Amino acid sequence: MSEQRTIDLRGLQCPGPLVKLNEEISTFAVGDEFVAIADDRAFELDVHAWCELTGNDLVSVDASSSDSIVASIRKT
Amino acid sequence: MASAQLQSSTSDSETILHLTQRLESVEAQLEKKTASNELTLVVFSGELDKLMAAYNIANAAASCGMKVSMFFTFWGAAALKKKTLLSEKTWVERAFGILLPGGLGSRKLSRLDMLGIGRHLMGREMNQKNIPSLSNMVDTAAKLGVDLYICEMSMNLMGIRESELIDYPNKQFCGAAKFLSLANKSNTSLFM
Repeated sequence: MSEQRTIDLRGLQCPGPLVKLNEEISTFAVGDEFVAIADDRAFELDVHAWCELTGNDLVSVDASSSDSIVASIRKT
Repeated sequence: MASAQLQSSTSDSETILHLTQRLESVEAQLEKKTASNELTLVVFSGELDKLMAAYNIANAAASCGMKVSMFFTFWGAAALKKKTLLSEKTWVERAFGILLPGGLGSRKLSRLDMLGIGRHLMGREMNQKNIPSLSNMVDTAAKLGVDLYICEMSMNLMGIRESELIDYPNKQFCGAAKFLSLANKSNTSLFM
């Protein structure tokens, strides 16, 4: 398994996290898995929608922390 | 006998070829008609809040891999001005020019503008809360390849010249038919 990179989306507000995610995903290879951290509460539902629309795999979303949402995504 | 068989197999293969061709043409037609993952926005309003909503959705959609077209008409088209030129215009066009000054940085709010106080406070809050300004949102849209279509009739009506508009890479002038064809191909269309 390749080393996991983290994309920091903290401090951005809708649609900032999606714009940056879209920008960053081009730097990954197909099959790469990475972690995206955001502090925008909208990101929890938005990352589901983003993966659904772009066709990337959402491996997991952890919104249990009060100040950040951590999503694990695999590029397809 | 053998020649009759040969003839019948030739006509069979011709029928198959014919059917395949018809199937392909129906397929192509269907593909043309099926709405794809595209968003078309009609931007009728020219106020800051409504333009922000329009660009916010446009940028989110483009970031989700959707093809996005924004059709600017009426006050929306006038809001795309970066400056006002008064030369070579009729007096009504000049009046429109003066009453509808351009500038993405000086858009009014549709509510609570309070002679500019609301707008000013909103700008300050946006800055503090790391929310991009309208002109930053327009730059992001340009980077994401969002297409702008501007209603030629609105331009004519208000006497807006191309040289008065903001600089934007994918900017074209068109009429209602182009909007309809864009909307026809899109699975989502919104009026702002």
